[in-house]
Amino acid sequence: MNTGSTTPLLQAEGLHTYYGDSHILRGIDLRIEAGETVSLMGRNGMGKTTTLRSLIGLTPPREGRIRIRGREATRLKPHQIIRQGIAFVPEDRGIFPNLSVLENLTMAARSGPDGRDEWTLKRVLELFPRLGQRLTHMGNQLSGGEQQMLTIARALMTNPDLIILDEATEGLAPLIRLEIWVVIRHIKSTGIASIIVDKDINALLPICDRNYIISKGEVVYHGRSRELMENPELHKQYLGV
Amino acid sequence: MHTVTRPIIVFLCLCLLLLLLFPVVGSSFYTGLVTKIMILSIFTISLDLLIGFTGLVSFGHAAFFGIGAYLLAILFGNLEQINYWWSLTLTLSLTGVAALLVGWLCIRTSGVYFIMLTLAFAQMFFYFFFESPHFGGDDGIFMLNKPQITLATRQLVDLDNEHHFYYFVLAWLVGVYLFLSMILRAPFGHVLIAIKANEQRVRALGYSTPHYKLVSFVIAGTIAGLAGFLEAAHTNFVTPAYLGWHESGMAIMMVILGGMGTLFGPVIGTFIVVLLQDFLPEFTEHWKLIMGAIIIFVVLFLPNGIAGLIFSISNRFSSRAPGGREG
Repeated sequence: MNTGSTTPLLQAEGLHTYYGDSHILRGIDLRIEAGETVSLMGRNGMGKTTTLRSLIGLTPPREGRIRIRGREATRLKPHQIIRQGIAFVPEDRGIFPNLSVLENLTMAARSGPDGRDEWTLKRVLELFPRLGQRLTHMGNQLSGGEQQMLTIARALMTNPDLIILDEATEGLAPLIRLEIWVVIRHIKSTGIASIIVDKDINALLPICDRNYIISKGEVVYHGRSRELMENPELHKQYLGV
Repeated sequence: MHTVTRPIIVFLCLCLLLLLLFPVVGSSFYTGLVTKIMILSIFTISLDLLIGFTGLVSFGHAAFFGIGAYLLAILFGNLEQINYWWSLTLTLSLTGVAALLVGWLCIRTSGVYFIMLTLAFAQMFFYFFFESPHFGGDDGIFMLNKPQITLATRQLVDLDNEHHFYYFVLAWLVGVYLFLSMILRAPFGHVLIAIKANEQRVRALGYSTPHYKLVSFVIAGTIAGLAGFLEAAHTNFVTPAYLGWHESGMAIMMVILGGMGTLFGPVIGTFIVVLLQDFLPEFTEHWKLIMGAIIIFVVLFLPNGIAGLIFSISNRFSSRAPGGREG
């Protein structure tokens, strides 16, 4: 695991985000280094998705700072943040039902911010052979698992440095979940940093380097996976397991 | 969204063949009528780029049709000889600039606010021409001549010849159709189609959606200007009615009736509406009631319009094969 001595890939300080008058995030601090895998955990409605949306500007924070590779990014628009090498896999899967699988993939294709072009269509289809068999199918003709694979595959087509996965395996069949976790491990092995939100703590903790637990819009715990695994009280208190 | 199947390609080729042969068998009146329908089809296809592919419901698209027509009449209407190349270039450029200015303001809104804003702009243009005596007021403007298509002093097409004009408009219709098919098959078109499905997702993929919507608006406005240019050249006359909300509403109706999100749907919708407008009054003075009933029927029972019905039939004849985006 990297230490904080290097410039973090993404850093958030004191994020306060509102939906109308509702104060959702109350001073979130988090940091992710290049190549690191970090989880964001917490019960439903505690602010995990809002944190992710704030990080990429879809729900901009009213207070606080976001920096990408040390550069100010708080007031940037979502597409400007994403173009700095961040890919977002939303919880509703976010495929485009009126485009084919191939079109969903190719519309996202671009080089990374440093000009890297490692994730080509060929390589993505090698990782997701099932999508290769469905290239001409429309997005709405895919199963839930295939849609999630397509969303992750599309994120990889942007050659990101950081991939943000919201509810990575939510609502998927057990076998499909296993496939998704294999893919996430593969992504980690390629050096792409990840922020993962998922309820499957047993699958999540062994993959992640560090973990954040969010409760009522605040980070209430931050530590390594081993510490969290050895502390069942925290599980009960903040995760309800 | 549909993909092209072989029966659809055959159907489109047959339609094109019919259009190619029509002047040979059709009377002068109906050749003129089909010419008018093809001009309106160019206009409705351009509207479908906004409504059917980008998800922008414009209720003021006729403004650009009217601006295209008025620009030709105002700038060139009094000339003895109108150079087609110059008049077309200037008309389309200025219509494009107008679409850029209107679109730049309108795309900041969405949903019903976008509809109202586009309607408001169109009405502003309408009243500007309607109340300007310099531009003919509510009487409109007559043009002395049609543009002359020459190349090195040699006349290529005689627009005063109704058959020449017919094939000239047909060529433009096919050209616009192919141009829009091409851009909708390109990554740019995929982004537009994705914006219609979910704009926020497209932003989360790193695309500045307002820019894409603006480009779509300008392309659609410029093509509508082309249709206006052709209409003015066809009739040698322009009227403020071209810019009115009624014209925009009719175009929306044609697009919905024919089938949004398909390029041939609006053409079919335009043919049906204009032909019904032409035939129904011969049978009853209450023809608008019948027209309304037909539209209600299509909206209720054919939610994807006539084109949706054609796609359903074609899918029965062919297993779904890999194909390009519907053009």
